[in-house]
Order: sequence, then C-alpha cells, then structure tokens
Amino acid sequence: MISMETIFPALYILAAAGFILAIKWMNSPVTARRGVIVGEIGMLLAVVGTLLRHEVVNYEWILIAFFIGSAIGVPIAYIMPMTAVPQRTAFSHACGALASALIGTAEYYRQTPHGFVMGALIVETLLGFLTFTASLMAFGKLQESLPTRPITYRGQNIVNLSIFGLAVAIGIFLIFVPEQKWLYPIFMVLALVFGVLLIIPIGGADMPTVIALLNSYAGLSASAMGFALDNKLLIVAGALDGSSGFILSVIMCRAMNRSFSNVLFGAFGTVQTAKKEAVQRPVRSASPEDAAEILDAARSVVIIPGYGMAVAQAQHKLRELHDVLDRRGVEVRFGIHPVAGRMPGHMNVLLAEADVPYDRLFEMDDINPEFPRTDVALVIGANDVVNPAARNDKTSPIAGMPILNASEARTVMVIKRSMSPGFAGIDNELYYMDKTLMLFGDAKSFVANIIKELNALVPVGAH
Amino acid sequence: MSKYEIAIWVFMLAAFLGFELIRRVSPLLHTPLMSLTNAISAIAVVGAILITGEKNATMLSKVLGFVAVVAAVTNVVSGYLITDRMLKMFKKRGDK
Repeated sequence: MISMETIFPALYILAAAGFILAIKWMNSPVTARRGVIVGEIGMLLAVVGTLLRHEVVNYEWILIAFFIGSAIGVPIAYIMPMTAVPQRTAFSHACGALASALIGTAEYYRQTPHGFVMGALIVETLLGFLTFTASLMAFGKLQESLPTRPITYRGQNIVNLSIFGLAVAIGIFLIFVPEQKWLYPIFMVLALVFGVLLIIPIGGADMPTVIALLNSYAGLSASAMGFALDNKLLIVAGALDGSSGFILSVIMCRAMNRSFSNVLFGAFGTVQTAKKEAVQRPVRSASPEDAAEILDAARSVVIIPGYGMAVAQAQHKLRELHDVLDRRGVEVRFGIHPVAGRMPGHMNVLLAEADVPYDRLFEMDDINPEFPRTDVALVIGANDVVNPAARNDKTSPIAGMPILNASEARTVMVIKRSMSPGFAGIDNELYYMDKTLMLFGDAKSFVANIIKELNALVPVGAH
Repeated sequence: MSKYEIAIWVFMLAAFLGFELIRRVSPLLHTPLMSLTNAISAIAVVGAILITGEKNATMLSKVLGFVAVVAAVTNVVSGYLITDRMLKMFKKRGDK
C-alpha cells in the first residue's frame, strides 16, 4: 500500500537526482539554465517531502519563517548589482552555515546524543559556526565596510591555532561526555571567534580561494548534519557542495601557485611592503588618441581585465570598445585569469552582464599561446596576473604563479590610475618595457575617450 | 551494514561524483556554479523544518529552528534566483 511514509523517501531520492543533474548541466552555458530549474525542483521536492513527514506537526512557525526568508532572499537576488555578487555569495554562505550550526545546537540540547551522532554533531556545529562568522567577515571585507587590507600581528598564527585547537579539544571531549552541557557554549564561542580571526589576515586578492573554501565548509557542515539526522539527502547535497568548494579552492590556489596553508596563514601582501625604496623609473605614457590609433591599426587585440575593471565599472565601456573595434575588422578577445576579481569566475559574469558574447572570453591556457600573434594586449585593472616576475624572478613573492603572457604581445597597453604597485605590493616589470604604453586615468573614462577617438577616425571601410 | 556505515558509503560516493562533475564545469561559469552549489547546500532547510515542526519541540528548539529556517530559505531563494539571473546574461555572438 502506498502511504506518505513510502512517498517521502522517493521524493528525497528524486531531489538528490535533481541536484546531481543541476551540477552536471552547469558544464555548459547552453544547458546551465536547465540545471537551475532541476535544482529548484529538487529543492521543492525535498521541502515538500519534509513537510509531509508525520513528525512535522506544527506549521505556523515554519510558514512564517518561509515568508521572512523569501522576503529577504528575493530582493537580494534582484536588487544586488552584479559587481556585488562576491558579497552576496559570502552572505549566503553565512546563512547556510548558520542554519546548520543552529540545527546542530538544537539537536544537542534536545536529545544529548552519544557516539557517532554526537561526533557528527560536533563536526556540523564547529564548521557551521566558524563558517558563519568567517563568511560575515568576508562579506564585510568585500563590501569594504571592513578594512580590506590583511591585518597581521605577531603571534597571530599561534593565537589562531590555539583557539582552534581548544575548540577541537572541547569538541572531542563533548563527544565522549555529552552530558557536560556547560562546555557547549564555550565550544560555540570558540568556533565563532576562530571564524573571525581566520579572515582578519586575508587580503582582497585571496578572497577567491577563501570564498571557495567557505563554500566547501558550509557544504560539509550540511553533510555532517545528514550523518547526525541519518538523512541521505543531506549527506549527498552537502557532499556535492563540499567537493565543489574544495575543487574551486584548489583551482584558485594553483592559479596563484600557493598552498592552502599559505593562503590561510601566509598573510600575503605584507611581505614586500618594506622592500627597497621604489626608484622612479621612466615609463612611456600615451593619450587616448594614440591608443585609438594603435588599436585601429591592430588586427588582433586581447583585453585583460582585473578587479580594477570591476571597481571602475568599466565593463560596459569595454563592450562598446569591443563592438567598435569589431566593426572596424579588429579581432577582440578577452583573456581571463582564474583569480582575476574577488571570486572564481567573477570577470566572466561582469562581462556577460555587459553583453560581451561568452565565446569572446578565453581562459588563461587557451589565450596564452595566442599572445605572440597578438598586436595589442590591453591590460585594464589587472596587475599581478600579468607580472612577468612570476616567470623570470625566482625571488619574487609571486614566483611560479601562472600568468597571462601579455608581455609577449607586440604592443602592451596598461590602463592604470597611477604607478602605485598592485595588491601584492610588487613592482611590475611589464610597465617598464619598451613596447609598453601606460594609459593613466580612470579605466571607465579612459576607455570612453578611446572610443570617442576611434569614432572620430576615418570611417569604417575607408582604409 | 549498520546505518552509519551506509551513511559513510553514501558520503564517499557523492563526494567523488561531485569531484568528477565539478571538474567538467568551465571556468566561464565558476561564479554561477558557486551560487548554485551554495543554494543546494541550503538543503539544511530539511533539518530546520524537522526541528521546528516537531510535536514535542521545546521553546529553544523552536526558536533555533525558526532562525535556521529563515536563514536557509534566504539562502535557497536568493541562491537560485541570482544563479538564473547570471546565467541569463551569458550569450553567444548573435544570440538575442
């Protein structure tokens, strides 16, 4: 006989299948939107399946909570500008992590579990609480309501590790003696504090790795909840999210030639600040008019955007530049470094928002062989990801980091506000090369001026 | 097999499946991918509903569960909607 009790496991299985398909379809922009739809259906089935369970009898609180959650979630999704996507993601991680930490806490006080279940609960709440505060900190830094510079002090790593060690030790103790209820709030506070301390030394350029890592923790926390509640759907969905965040953070680390521990405990960007007094070296600078002439004479142009493009909101102007050059028969492509921006894939979303067709966006490995055949590499708001020191200078802090080989193009143009060094505080040889022209000014207005000059040139087809 | 053993098997297989699937996603879509997996991880909403709606729920469970449902639903709703909003923008040349 078919009853509710046989239906809900089936709904959960379908939900898990939906999540798996959703991620599978994300591998191509053609199928990705279909992926979102099956993901949504999966979530709907999971929620309906849960509401129908006989243990669930009180609906008022749940419905009110659904209403409030949607009332917060919908405006966030539609009002947030695309440049704020990294912040939104961090905020969302915080919400997910908070949910799983609170559920773990409620479970603990409800039934004081022992053994395996208590172990899962400790993992769930530890990851949940630390990811909650860490994500809020990341949110603050990305939103720039907190200082974005890495903040370091002597003994920082020792302080952080001892707090984490203490939280873990109390956690393990609680697994064996869960009745010691007074210890739980201490465990909770330590996990929350560790989350804050973990992000304090992280600088903006490391955010892509850190966000991916927090994504992974939030997933693992949900998965641990699945172990505690003996719920396979939670285990599967959490594991998918956990592995996704993990892979993305590995990709980000590789793209910077750094290890996890170096990202988390290395406090990049403080190393070089005291290095040699920067000697003023001559650079060649050029006007929008010069730049327009060179671009017009080029056959192929590769634009390399970085976080500076996002800050200056120059993506729409870049698309115009792309269109104008395209009409004049110049091939324009975009070369995107994996860690450009503040989260994985950040540049792609901004350029897509500005209607740059995605077949014009190239990954580092695909565009690098093209540079020797490229007439102009136009660097806009990027710095370390085109610094030849990564390949040539073994003593450089970014030595070994894979870069976009802009320096191999026939002419390099760099739009930059001033000669101040980039995030890592490292001087960039690229700027002093004979073939490099520095275009000083605000990225957005400079590109606008280039476009104006291009339009003033001889009409299309006249040459 | 105990239920814990089964749970660990499920976790291991799902994690490997996740690795294989994610490796195939082009870097072009890494941001929407992260939004999507983030929305999926809000499956915590299942646990939150169970805690909040239970017959003998204490006030503490109810309050914690309530906040958890709000947080998880915020995550689900904003996650899916913004993923779709982003994906809508990815167009090939000539697409209208």
